[in-house]
Amino acid sequence: MSKSTTTHLSIGGMSCAGCVTAVEDALQNVPGVAGASVNFAEHSAEVNGAVDVERLIDAVEAAGYEAVELKGTDEEAQEKKAAELAYYHELLKKSLVATAIGLPLFLMGLAGAMPGLTGLGRLFWLVVAGLSLFVLIYSGGRFFTGAWKSFKNHNANMDTLIALGTGTAWGYSLLITVFPNMVPPQAQHVYFEAAAIIIALINLGSALEVRARGKTSEAIKRLIGLQVKTARVIRNGEERDVPIEQVQLNEILRVRPGEKIAVDGVILEGHSSVDESMLTGEPIPIEKQIDDDVVAGTMNKSGTFLFRATRIGKDTALARIIEMVRQAQNSKPAIGRLVDKIAAVFVPIVLLVTVMTFMAWFNFGPEPRAAYVLVTTMTVLIIACPCALGLATPISIMVGVGKAAEYGVLIRNGEALQRAGQLTRVVLDKTGTVTEGRPTVTELIAVDGDEQRLLQLAASLEAGSEHPLAEAIVTAAKGRNLELEQVKKFNAIAGHGVQGEIAGQQILLGNKKLLTDQQVDITPQSEQAQRLAAEGRTPMFVAVDGHCRGIISVSDPIKQDSKAAIARLHQAGLKVVMLTGDNRSTAEAVAAQVGVDEVIAEVLPEDKANKVVQLQQRGEVVGMVGDGINDAPALAQADVGFAIGSGTDVAIESADITLMRGSLHGVADAIEVSKATLKNIKQNLFGAFIYNSLGIPVAAGVLFPVTGMLLNPMIAGAAMAMSSVTVVSNANRLRLFKTERERA
Amino acid sequence: MTVFVNLCALLLMGFIVWWFWLAKSREVTAVSDAVDILVEGGVYTPATIKVAKNNVIRLNFIRRDASPCAEKVIFPSMGISEELPLNQPKRIELQAPQTGEYEFTCQMGMYRGKLIVK
Repeated sequence: MSKSTTTHLSIGGMSCAGCVTAVEDALQNVPGVAGASVNFAEHSAEVNGAVDVERLIDAVEAAGYEAVELKGTDEEAQEKKAAELAYYHELLKKSLVATAIGLPLFLMGLAGAMPGLTGLGRLFWLVVAGLSLFVLIYSGGRFFTGAWKSFKNHNANMDTLIALGTGTAWGYSLLITVFPNMVPPQAQHVYFEAAAIIIALINLGSALEVRARGKTSEAIKRLIGLQVKTARVIRNGEERDVPIEQVQLNEILRVRPGEKIAVDGVILEGHSSVDESMLTGEPIPIEKQIDDDVVAGTMNKSGTFLFRATRIGKDTALARIIEMVRQAQNSKPAIGRLVDKIAAVFVPIVLLVTVMTFMAWFNFGPEPRAAYVLVTTMTVLIIACPCALGLATPISIMVGVGKAAEYGVLIRNGEALQRAGQLTRVVLDKTGTVTEGRPTVTELIAVDGDEQRLLQLAASLEAGSEHPLAEAIVTAAKGRNLELEQVKKFNAIAGHGVQGEIAGQQILLGNKKLLTDQQVDITPQSEQAQRLAAEGRTPMFVAVDGHCRGIISVSDPIKQDSKAAIARLHQAGLKVVMLTGDNRSTAEAVAAQVGVDEVIAEVLPEDKANKVVQLQQRGEVVGMVGDGINDAPALAQADVGFAIGSGTDVAIESADITLMRGSLHGVADAIEVSKATLKNIKQNLFGAFIYNSLGIPVAAGVLFPVTGMLLNPMIAGAAMAMSSVTVVSNANRLRLFKTERERA
Repeated sequence: MTVFVNLCALLLMGFIVWWFWLAKSREVTAVSDAVDILVEGGVYTPATIKVAKNNVIRLNFIRRDASPCAEKVIFPSMGISEELPLNQPKRIELQAPQTGEYEFTCQMGMYRGKLIVK
């Protein structure tokens, strides 16, 4: 049961005022609710009382309605931050209390000022026993309760080790204080200060870890910070500001200059330029006009406009991006799974090692045996740190995924992040990936000289097609004010072209293969077609009633930064392949301009995935970069599929990695972040494994027969406390990562 | 004395192996479709949950442990990973999972639980 609070719910399914009473009654009947009021106009409810929100939602649903808690992620983030801060202060306080008792004793020991275990000395130690017991309960109580609960569940964790280590030290010391003659005089040494200082150090380590961990989620906080709290809606002809949660689908909203856009929508009136850099990394503001999409979280620059809300709440692109980054940050790649298996059995194994250490020192150790046995077993328990192992992978993934998001690269999960760093080949789709994807008609070559008629026929035929080349032809025709004619018996031949009947004539529009297949003689036009292709343009033949009437040349400009991005991929040691349905000559011309290593041309859309398979069969680890919709099968087949978005219009669900900015630099950025993250994980794992596999034997005293060296349990406590902090701090270094391009 | 202590140590090792590897957790709760799971003191309570198949299962995680260790719950085989707010229930709905055993853990694998679908 939670403390008394006010909860806001959005209620769905209310059709009449009578529903208000039904929902109010349902809420009032939930135990702990002090008051509930439902607002029919807003379709919302306000509930006061000490009750969990899930119970309220259950009650509303049981009454036949729907309920969702109205709470911004911003609010959640603030609550989380406050809770973290409170916990940090609590840990510091516990550490200070333990230090205040442990440190003076430790210094007395160093100065040789410790009293003996007789007379007043014994009384002194009994008081110290009481004080250190207070430390164990106040500062270390959670370790003991946690250890006991875990034990009951047949489980063992960090708490088990700390509780056993410090508990044994305290218990042994009390026994020696009360019955000093149980052990020989040289073993009459107590370890109250060790127990207190270990507890102090572990609390301090946890506090530092809380602080360092807060920084690992900065990327998601930045995204959450993009969400706005209020929006200006137009209701009943009046403009008013309402909380973002109350904006409804299809509502009209106004955005003024300098304001952030509240939800996703379509512009109805006005125009402006919008800065989308916070989501896509694209620095230049985008001009927006009527019918253009706008995206929540982006910044309106100069103009003012009205837009209709098309996606609200958790459906906005921003909310989905936040959710995806959050999910990805929490996922683990294969490299982390083995570690999970080790971490699961780590503590019981340490317990076995502790008993073995005990037996070794008990049977073979020098006198005072009891003291040696205690010091070594306690040190083994305290130094072992499964947390560092368990943290090594997820904490780096969290920072790495967040870092990638800063570059406009959305990584679906840890697995994709790991694979991206292992790629050997990158396959690029041509249209829209290497090129702008906005082809334009550059030349019309009509056999009879009538260019207008050639374009008119082609555009009429292509009017129903969605292919980018078709759009280019239709746009060109519209630009010349040509009237489109009616087409009968339209047929699209995937990857080749289209055919249909216009004014009783059979029209064929497509590539060389289509026309050759249909026995159209294109020999007279071949030379011109080859010239166009060699210039990187796509020649499309038009035939009327089986005779070639001319060529329409369409050119798709190469993206400005494709060449530089491909050079970065080469620098990263990758071979780059371009895959396209376009003719070989055009593809090779484009390839030569951007510097790809291999061209696979004239590939039908359905064969793209097969080409990826062929590369994989050659032992390559393949990354496929495409537009996410047409290339979906190839993206799915590739080891890592990169969906290249244009602005924020992204197919977030379709690929392993989504590039929100339409630049190929995103692929190189993703690969560089991936490599840096993997390196960081390996450093963490190496550190954690080395730490445990060296620390535990040294703590057990393997060096003692050779060097006479034994580890002080307090040093072990400090090492353990710092091992997790080190892992988190190392992961935090990733936040400072810069790509090659930024460093250049 | 030496023999006795060694014997005790060996018995203790045997006990550790039995308790942490061989013995089954007894805290099994059979539920129809909803269960509250307390996240506190290093353990999920209950840690082992038995549910009937073909049901939508609602797990309400209530995190009382402020330590960052407890802040996430992960079902690795289901690809679920959720952040648990402090002192507020977090519901995870599983759409009729198939028969089998599904482990769930914290990010570091120290909190451990198991969902048994039968």
